[in-house]
Amino acid sequence: MSGAPAIEAVDLVKRFGDFTAVDGVSFSVPEGTVFSMLGPNGAGKTTTVRMMTTLSRPTSGTGRVAGLDVVRDADAVRQRMGLTAQSATVDELLTGRENLRLVGDLYGLDRPTVRRVADELLERFSLDEAGDKVVKEYSGGMRRRLDLAASLVATPPVLFLDEPTTGLDPRSRVELWGVLRDLVRDGTTLFLTTQYLDEADQLADRIVVVDHGRVIADGTPLELKDRSGRASLVVAVSRGDEVRAAEEIVRSEVGELHVDPDARRITAPAEGVAALTRIAARLDEAGIELDDIGLQRPSLDDVFLHLTGHRAEETADAPAAVPAEAEEAVR
Amino acid sequence: MTTAQEHFHAVHTTAGRPNPARQVWALVRRNLTHIKRQPEMLTDVTIQPVMFVLLFAFVFGGSIAIPGVDYKEWLLPGIMAQTMTFSAFIVAIGLNTDLGKGIVDRFRSLPIGRSSVVVARSVSSIIHSMIGIVVMSVTGLFVGWGIHEGVLRGLAGYGLLVLFGFAMIWVGILFGSALRSVEAVQGVMFTTVFPITFLSNAFARTDVMPDWLRFLAEWNPISALVQALRELWGNDGIPLREGAALPLQHPVLTTVIWAVGLSAVLAPLAVRAFVARTND
Repeated sequence: MSGAPAIEAVDLVKRFGDFTAVDGVSFSVPEGTVFSMLGPNGAGKTTTVRMMTTLSRPTSGTGRVAGLDVVRDADAVRQRMGLTAQSATVDELLTGRENLRLVGDLYGLDRPTVRRVADELLERFSLDEAGDKVVKEYSGGMRRRLDLAASLVATPPVLFLDEPTTGLDPRSRVELWGVLRDLVRDGTTLFLTTQYLDEADQLADRIVVVDHGRVIADGTPLELKDRSGRASLVVAVSRGDEVRAAEEIVRSEVGELHVDPDARRITAPAEGVAALTRIAARLDEAGIELDDIGLQRPSLDDVFLHLTGHRAEETADAPAAVPAEAEEAVR
Repeated sequence: MTTAQEHFHAVHTTAGRPNPARQVWALVRRNLTHIKRQPEMLTDVTIQPVMFVLLFAFVFGGSIAIPGVDYKEWLLPGIMAQTMTFSAFIVAIGLNTDLGKGIVDRFRSLPIGRSSVVVARSVSSIIHSMIGIVVMSVTGLFVGWGIHEGVLRGLAGYGLLVLFGFAMIWVGILFGSALRSVEAVQGVMFTTVFPITFLSNAFARTDVMPDWLRFLAEWNPISALVQALRELWGNDGIPLREGAALPLQHPVLTTVIWAVGLSAVLAPLAVRAFVARTND
C-alpha cells in the first residue's frame, strides 16, 4: 500500500442543476504530506472536500482516500479519514468532553478508550480546563480546536480541513498551525482548503489554486509565488508634503514606481532586502518621517490577477469575521 | 516516514466495531442532554398542555360540557392525544436544527449507520413526549381525571398513545427534512398540524358540529385515538353520538390502522426527504 497516494481525485465534477461547482478537478496527495487547495469563496473548495469525505456524491469522476473509492467504499473511507468542516460541527449544548466522547462512542471504541482519548485530546488542545464547560461558552478558537480534536478521536491517517482558520484571530491561527504541524510530524496526511496564501505557504508541501471550480495552477508554494510576480516595496510617508522628496529617493534606487499622493504611499517592485535597507537609510538621512516601510509579498489577489487576469472577487456569503490581513488580500 | 500499513493498523487498534444500537443510544443520550441543558425545551409538553387543560376546563368548559358530566375528565384524553400529535413538531424542529448546524455532517463523516441519526431523534422525541404524557396524567389527577377501567386497559391506552406518536415521527422527519429553516418548520406545522388537532373530538363534541365539520372531525385520526382513550380509561362521560362515523365505533382498531397506515405511507416519503436533504 505504501507509495500509493493517500488522497487522489481524478476529474471530479459536481453539478447542482445548471451550476457546475467543481469542474474536472484532479490531484494526488502523497502520504504524510500537506496539500492545500487555495481559492476564493465559491471556487468549489468546500464541494471538493464534501465529495472527498463522502458527504456529497460526485456527478462524475472518482475520488480515493487511502486507496478506497469515496462512493463505493464510503464506509471504509469514513473509517480512515477525519473531517473538520467549515461550519462548526461540534455540539454547542454538550461540554467539550461530552462532544469527544460522543464521537468515540459513535466510532464504537470501547468505553475506557473513549474516556482516555477524550482526556488526552482535551489536554493536547489546551482544552482540559474548559473540558467540562458547555461549548456555547467557548471562544471561536476553542471551538475550532475542539472541532479538530473531534476529527482525531479515532486517529485517522488522513485529515480533511475545510478553511480551518477562517474567522480566527491571528493568535489562534498561529496556534492551530502549530497543532497541524504536529499532526503532520506524526505522519498524518493533511488536505486543507484556505483563502489565505500565507496559510498555504506556512503549511503546504503542495498547493492547487482553484477558481470557478477549476484548477488554475498547482505547485509548491515557492513555485506559485515565483509565477505570480515578485514582492513589492511599499513606503508609507507620514506627511503629505514629504511625498515628493521620498519619491525622488526611491526613484534613484529602483527602476519604476507608483505614487499614490492621497494615500502618501509609494509602491515599487522589490529589489531585495539590500535595496530596502538602503532606501530606508537614505529616507532617514533626509529626515523624512515614515509610517511604514517594508516588502509586501504577493497576496492571493496578486496570484489571482496573475493567473486568471481577473481579481479574486468575494462572493456575498463571505464570512463576517475575516482577519485583517485576509481582507487586505482580497481587496 | 510512516507507511500506510502502520496507519491503517493504528486505525484498527483504536476504531472499534461500529455498533448500531450503541450509536443510537449515544445519540439519544446527546438529545436528552440537550433537554437537560435547556429545560425550557420541555415547555411544549409541560406548560403548554397544562395551560390547555386549564383554559378549556375552566374557560370554555362551561359552554361545551353537558350539565352533570365532568368535562375535565372527558377533555384530558383529548389533550394527551394532542400532546402526542405534537411529537411531529418536536422531531421536525430537532432534526431541522441539527441539519442547519452542520452537526449532521459531522455524524455523516463518521462510520455510523445512515439511519442512526433519525432513529435516535425519533426515540428521544418519543421520550420527550412521554414526559409530557406523565405531566398530563399528574395534572389530570389533580383536576379530577382518572383511569377507571383497570391497569391493563390503562396501559393499553398509553400504548396506543406511543404507537400514534411513532406515526407522527414520520410527519416530523418529512417536515424537518423538507423545510429549510426552523422558522419555516414552526410556521408550516403550526398552520397545519395545530388546527388538525382542533378539527377533532378532542375538545368539543361532534354532535353539535355542522355536518361537513362533523364529517372531518369524526374521520380525523386524532378523534379515533381520543375516543379510544376515553373508552379504555372510562372517561366517556359524554357518550359517543348516535350513528357516529365508523372509525369512532371501533376506535382502538381504527387508531392502530391509522398509525400503521400513516407510517406505511409517510415513512418512505420521510426517508426520501431526509436522504435528499443530506445528500445535496
